[in-house]
Amino acid sequence: MKDKKRFIPMLRVSKSKLALLAVVFAFAACDTSEEQTVAVFEDLVLEDNFDQDGAPDASIWNYDIGTGENGWGNNELQYYTSRSENVSVQNGYLLITARKENFQGSGYTSARLLTKGKFENTYGRYEARIKLPYGQGIWPAFWLLGSDIPGEIWPQIGEIDIMEYRGQEPTVVLGTVHGPGYSAGQSISKRYELQGDRFDTGFHIFGIEWGPEYINFYVDDVLYNQITPEDVPGEWVFNHDFYIILNLAVGGSFVGSPNAETVFPQTMLVDYVRVYESNGQRNF
Amino acid sequence: MMKTNLYKLICTGILIGLTACDRPLSDDVEFATYASNGDVFLDGFTAGLNYFPFEGSKLDAFTVDSEVSYDGEASMRFDVPNFGDPGGAYAGAIFPTDSPRDLSGYDALTFWAKATKAATINEIGFGNNFGENKFLVTKTNLRVSTNWVKYIIPIPDPSKLIAESGLFWYSEGPEDGDGYTFWVDEVQFEKLNTVAQPRPAILNGEDVEQSTFTDLTIPVTGLTQTFNLANGVNQTVNAAPGYFTFETSNPGVALVNEQGVVTTLNEGTAVITALVGGVRAAGSLTLNVGGAFELAPTPTRPAANVISVYSDAYTNVNIDFYNGFFEPFQTTLGGDDLNINGNRIINYTDFNFVGIQFGRVNASAMTSLHIDLYIPEGINLNANSFIDIELQDYGSDAVTGGGDDTVSRIKITADRLETGQWITLDIPLSDFTALTTRTNLGLILFQGSAEINELLVDNIYFYTE
Repeated sequence: MKDKKRFIPMLRVSKSKLALLAVVFAFAACDTSEEQTVAVFEDLVLEDNFDQDGAPDASIWNYDIGTGENGWGNNELQYYTSRSENVSVQNGYLLITARKENFQGSGYTSARLLTKGKFENTYGRYEARIKLPYGQGIWPAFWLLGSDIPGEIWPQIGEIDIMEYRGQEPTVVLGTVHGPGYSAGQSISKRYELQGDRFDTGFHIFGIEWGPEYINFYVDDVLYNQITPEDVPGEWVFNHDFYIILNLAVGGSFVGSPNAETVFPQTMLVDYVRVYESNGQRNF
Repeated sequence: MMKTNLYKLICTGILIGLTACDRPLSDDVEFATYASNGDVFLDGFTAGLNYFPFEGSKLDAFTVDSEVSYDGEASMRFDVPNFGDPGGAYAGAIFPTDSPRDLSGYDALTFWAKATKAATINEIGFGNNFGENKFLVTKTNLRVSTNWVKYIIPIPDPSKLIAESGLFWYSEGPEDGDGYTFWVDEVQFEKLNTVAQPRPAILNGEDVEQSTFTDLTIPVTGLTQTFNLANGVNQTVNAAPGYFTFETSNPGVALVNEQGVVTTLNEGTAVITALVGGVRAAGSLTLNVGGAFELAPTPTRPAANVISVYSDAYTNVNIDFYNGFFEPFQTTLGGDDLNINGNRIINYTDFNFVGIQFGRVNASAMTSLHIDLYIPEGINLNANSFIDIELQDYGSDAVTGGGDDTVSRIKITADRLETGQWITLDIPLSDFTALTTRTNLGLILFQGSAEINELLVDNIYFYTE
């Protein structure tokens, strides 16, 4: 039985977004299945507005601690902690802060929060409003990882990167899926570049709409990609429970190491994390 | 009653006065506002733009090139001369407008540039109008290549540029003796919205602590502003003091004016810091102000018997530089920096060796060289401490090199050195035994032993008794 936080449903899909959805689905309807229907995700099932100063809500968030195996599989340089220096809630925001300091044999510290065992879900609209840090070697992410399945390991369990960002490219985010036959360097990914703006000077909304046969990626009010089973060269593994991860990595194969010009500390500010289900989700 | 009436009269008088001064503005009043046009050179000079080359530069280095352009009909072409070009030693000019522009709505000067070879433009920027240059911005050592690339020179604080006439300027010399050509096109002020994460700095971001004296003026140097650009590059420019708001922690000890010049008033400690656009600048200047500084003895020799290089007591010959940089080992900073109640003193910090080029001076009728040196207290001299003084005669060609230079060096040994007081040297020119001619003297060089890392110099002159 899932341990879901249920809240009063809120209608947050704007008319423009509905129009966008309609366009995309009209497109999808022609190209894939005639059977698909437009899903509107407006049943709010998880919401953290980070309104309580101090440590993040323990009923929602766990922590990964340490360096994982091989820098969490990516040669990342930071040691993750749950100390208030690296993760705290202040003035309505979650702050994940990467610091340059020697700690337990690592040269940097930061934090990685996850809902594993507290909120795991299949399908829905997942979004967060975030102001990102910047600088060479800074690698924040808002992503979903497939729940543990006995006998199966990554990438079979699946990974949906709602937002990844390289601090040295402050105008670009990436939305990506990883699965069997299409992981790491072969993952299915698309860049989204802001014009005349950047991700480290203000808050932006990063989200996905995830249904049985599709994942839509959006930033603010722009839907910039849709990935369907036809787009992946292997098995579609996005049909079981996933949990949410928010983290701020330093260094690693995706971004390269920080350099002398990288300013520390760097903080990722999260205004909220919300998950909505479709009213008809049980019928998927 | 009379009293009241008088009071009323006075009151009325004041009121009338106030009313007279406070009268509402006429509908015909127009506030002085300036055009917010950000265009500098797109396909030609924008309205009111002028071209003024620097003195000594190749005057025709700049032309409008209608053959080459990044976009449109024409570009700005700059022909950097070869070394020895009789037309001028370098290329450099300012491009001011007749009437100022309001550039406060932009965040950067942008342009496209390419060159005939990969090169490094010494200085390029804006804010130079041959006036106060209050908001001068300089990007030094801008690397250009043979293909068109867009360059972004951020404005340190756009809110300051409500009336700017210096729209563009540059200065570039030959590279390894060779001239070349570069083109600049689509020069304009833009609101990019991606110029972000300001990190201003004073003293190049360092926290400097300095012992000093009362009644000194000390300029705060190393003023920069750094922004992160959309491509992830941190772009640093030199910024004029006008962009900075300077603060002192102890106005009773030291004041700092809007030009970033500190004046020490009394004994004590004061910390000088600054902000740009509300952002705290990295770096600070902590001044430990001691008592009054004792000046070097004022020279008394009659001016007719003196050729002076540097002294407030005489008319001096021209000085080309106080701190010529000799690569790669020189660390010395500073120069003609100290001013104590109008008395100028050369102040070297991080001193190892330094050269002052002057003149040229024909000292053939002179017999001696006078120099006053001051080694600050706190420097621990030892038996092997020394200061070398070298004179160089540039020979008949009056320039360095050319095979006709002569150089001679003498050593001031530890027994003649002291700290915390002026060391007055009167050295017979005959002591510079290798100096076979002294008709074209052009350089005096100081070199100290390692522990002497600060040195003040005053009253450098040749004389005969």
